[in-house]
Amino acid sequence: MTDIERKFLLTVPSSTANLALIREFVVAVGVQAGLGDADVGKLELAVDEACANVMEHAYEHDETKEVVVRATFDREVLHIIVEDTGRGFDPSRVPQEKLDRLIAAKQSGGLGMRLIKALMDEVRYEFIPGQKNELHMLKRIR
Amino acid sequence: MPTPFRIDTSRIDDISVMVLDGQVDAHTAPRFEEAIQAELTAGHQRIIADCAKLTYISSAGLGVFMSFIEEIRESGGDIKICSVIPKVQATFEILGFQDIFDIVADVPAAVQRFRESPVKEA
Repeated sequence: MTDIERKFLLTVPSSTANLALIREFVVAVGVQAGLGDADVGKLELAVDEACANVMEHAYEHDETKEVVVRATFDREVLHIIVEDTGRGFDPSRVPQEKLDRLIAAKQSGGLGMRLIKALMDEVRYEFIPGQKNELHMLKRIR
Repeated sequence: MPTPFRIDTSRIDDISVMVLDGQVDAHTAPRFEEAIQAELTAGHQRIIADCAKLTYISSAGLGVFMSFIEEIRESGGDIKICSVIPKVQATFEILGFQDIFDIVADVPAAVQRFRESPVKEA
């Protein structure tokens, strides 16, 4: 592995039918970055959750919109950005209720973000008004 | 390239055994939801989710389990989960599914659990 930063980009129409394609993309990037099997699985799930959030909440199932996944890595860290131009939606602000309370309230809200936070080493949301929203996720390469 | 997913449902006595085959994500979760709803509509409140062929699950699929469990238990039934591969088990454990659901080794163990403990004990 060299010290050169490697960059990958995937742009897909905002349809949940493309989630499988997005997962294949990030799995391939994770393997190339040198992540182990368990971390590749975590990356796959985290990016799937982030993209599903964009499709369902930021774009509200508008399939004319696009979801952008950017990946860069060097020897130490893999950085994923999920980008959209939809309704600003900060998934990290969804309240994190306990599982039994969600069941009692017949809600599943926040499960995806809870998973993302548990799966990745760093997560942050950037809202650029009038331009785009970005969910940044970092995974350290051990 | 749509997400590969199918469900085959069979019966063992009064128990519905749903074999989940493939991947449950936000695209395929509605089919999983419809399949469980169909069992409940038919009056089948005892369900085994056989996950031996389930290679991936996201929060959309986990949400389906969660959305039905209370209603099913209130009517005296349950969902027992079995034959989970390690990757899927890891996802269940992040959310604490093992505290809410009976997760057992295989279909015979799930059938046995229905006989011994129809609803998971706290």
